[in-house]
Amino acid sequence: MKKLFTLLFAVLVMGGLHAQQKSDLPNVTIKDLQGKDVNIAKLSNNGKPFVLTFWATWCGPCIKEHNALDEVYQDWQDETGVKIYSVSIDDSRSTAKVKPFVEGKGWDFEVLLDVNKDLARAMNVSNPPYTFLFDGKGKLVYQHSGYIEGAEDDLYEEILKLKK
Amino acid sequence: MLSLHAQSFVDNAQINGSFQTDAQYYRLDPGIDILDLNGKKLGVNGFGKIGYTYGNFSAGMRFEAFLPEMNGFRSELNGVGLANFFASYDNGFIGVTVGDIYDQFGSGLVFRTYEEWSLGMDNSLRGIRTVIRPTQGVTLKGVYGRQRYFWAPYLERDFSNDDYRGIVRGVDADWDLNQSIASMNDSEFKMTMGASFVSKKQADQSMFYTIPENVSAAAGRISLGYGRFSFSTEYAYKINDPSAINNFIYKEGQSLLSSLSYSQKGLGIVLQVKRTDNMSFKSMYTGKQNDLDINFIPPINYTHTHSLPSMYTYSTQPNGEMAAQFQVNYTIPKGTALGGKYGTKLAFNISQVNDIVRDSVPFGNSMALQQAGSLGYSSKFFAISDHRFFRDINFEIDKKISKDWHLTAQYINLYYDIETIEGHVGAPVVQANIGFLDVTYKINKRQSIRFELQGLWEKEVHKGYFVDESEKKDFQKRGDWAFALVEYTITPHWSFSLADKWNYGNPVEEYRDHYFTGTVSYLHDATRVMLSAGRQSEGVVCVGGVCRTVPASSGVTLTVSTSF
Repeated sequence: MKKLFTLLFAVLVMGGLHAQQKSDLPNVTIKDLQGKDVNIAKLSNNGKPFVLTFWATWCGPCIKEHNALDEVYQDWQDETGVKIYSVSIDDSRSTAKVKPFVEGKGWDFEVLLDVNKDLARAMNVSNPPYTFLFDGKGKLVYQHSGYIEGAEDDLYEEILKLKK
Repeated sequence: MLSLHAQSFVDNAQINGSFQTDAQYYRLDPGIDILDLNGKKLGVNGFGKIGYTYGNFSAGMRFEAFLPEMNGFRSELNGVGLANFFASYDNGFIGVTVGDIYDQFGSGLVFRTYEEWSLGMDNSLRGIRTVIRPTQGVTLKGVYGRQRYFWAPYLERDFSNDDYRGIVRGVDADWDLNQSIASMNDSEFKMTMGASFVSKKQADQSMFYTIPENVSAAAGRISLGYGRFSFSTEYAYKINDPSAINNFIYKEGQSLLSSLSYSQKGLGIVLQVKRTDNMSFKSMYTGKQNDLDINFIPPINYTHTHSLPSMYTYSTQPNGEMAAQFQVNYTIPKGTALGGKYGTKLAFNISQVNDIVRDSVPFGNSMALQQAGSLGYSSKFFAISDHRFFRDINFEIDKKISKDWHLTAQYINLYYDIETIEGHVGAPVVQANIGFLDVTYKINKRQSIRFELQGLWEKEVHKGYFVDESEKKDFQKRGDWAFALVEYTITPHWSFSLADKWNYGNPVEEYRDHYFTGTVSYLHDATRVMLSAGRQSEGVVCVGGVCRTVPASSGVTLTVSTSF
């Protein structure tokens, strides 16, 4: 059984690498803050680019990144129409805190709850913060692990490139 | 036709994967009492995972290597192998997964399987999962399988080697009224309900007790929302489940988790309460530590991220807890006197955990509590014991002062009962005041410098009973601490930091050690490389209320991770 799996995999992997496909939006359903199901494969922003950024209420650098994004978000939206989806990987110990936390911080992002880390696993996010940028068609164009001061400027440069 | 099909199976597929390697090189360091490496100079933890998606089909596998495991990880991890694989088909109406499953029912009080790399913990279920969504808003799930136990084989359990793992099976139903009832679709009133049932089937291998071969647990939950208010609660019940964790008592278990919150732009308030009573639920009744948990009892206290505040982290006590936490997040608006140009973010949190109240039930001639083979005790649901395990009161201010300066400061008042939380009999209670200041200065568009100053001032309250002299050192290692860090970053790739953690107030003079570390990290897109050298103090690493202890060490640590 195990051997069969490994073999099957080797074939698929080689085929996949050969095909040079980039991993885009996975077919994973998580919830928004209102409890509504959101299928990630169907995410879009009216043909404009969008950002998926993974964070948690217990992650210091994530909060720094979110504060930094929050400051520039209005300008970014005005200039490029970009939308930020903020995916919380908080589990049941802090899920109930996410909404009051986000509101209390005054953030305007579209917040999604990945309580069981289904999306994080599908997108290979092992440690937050982790940021993905998708173009208007849902194609992955940029990703970044971790956050250091000023990294939002580089993200914006990538967003601007999509405008051209 | 077939070949055409096969071609599209390859061309339209998505492949992704990730790799991580953590390696530590250890050296002798008499300065912090490391006089023997026990033959271990190197510890390496690594994984590689790969996933494949084609339309509604997906599959993946994860390979792990512990050669040998790093210090502080369980020695049973030592080895190399295919730790996880799965194949899954989901067309929206029905989904089937075979292989290693991660899932949770409700908040996890009766079922949650997950993996936490930094703890070396993985309780995935190898078996089958079926998900059916008969109508919009209704989800039915069933799981069946056996949990991962390090590298033990799944099919041939080895009773002679203490592998008593049972089979876990469970069903869950979730009903979101807003999605399933048309007239409620856009209602301001939100309502979701759910129920789950989980049971384990285990073999009785005990020579002393009669172990029930089927142990079941059930839970019910409801979430309500109206405008700015949200309320959710879950109650779980488990029949008698004698185990090594509860000292083989035959009492039923219960758990309740509730939260109420209010939020509007700039203000968020949340109150949570929790009761845990004899709720350890493992698929192996002899399991200890974090082995083979079927359920997850979330700790609800505040999670600290800075070095000294996270020195004393609470971990869930499955045998009994009465816990509450209250948190307020408030942003003073921009343009006001106190808010300044950028606004000021404030946070207040208080969390406390006490024991439950246990009343004795007669067992033979004895009235003692928690005796093996007895019903253990009886407990009033809402009664709170005077025995406090933990309390954390903290206040945080987060302020951008100007275009270039940013400041975060926090004050924490902590109460931590080492004896209960870490299980050292006779250990004292620690009462500590902790503070930190975290300041960032942006030198220019690409370069920043960040400083951290932290202090921990504590008082130990001894309980006055016998303490083994040989263990005394463990309790006295602590005392007052200071911590300083300076970090220089160049966007987007580089970060350099130097830190010193100093146990200057240790009651024993020879333990007043410095723990210097220097770290360089490099980020590039999906790749992260981190190299650090220096000393690591003995401590506890916790993720999600599950902790592992890390011994003091000295040497070099390298982490490389990437994904594609």
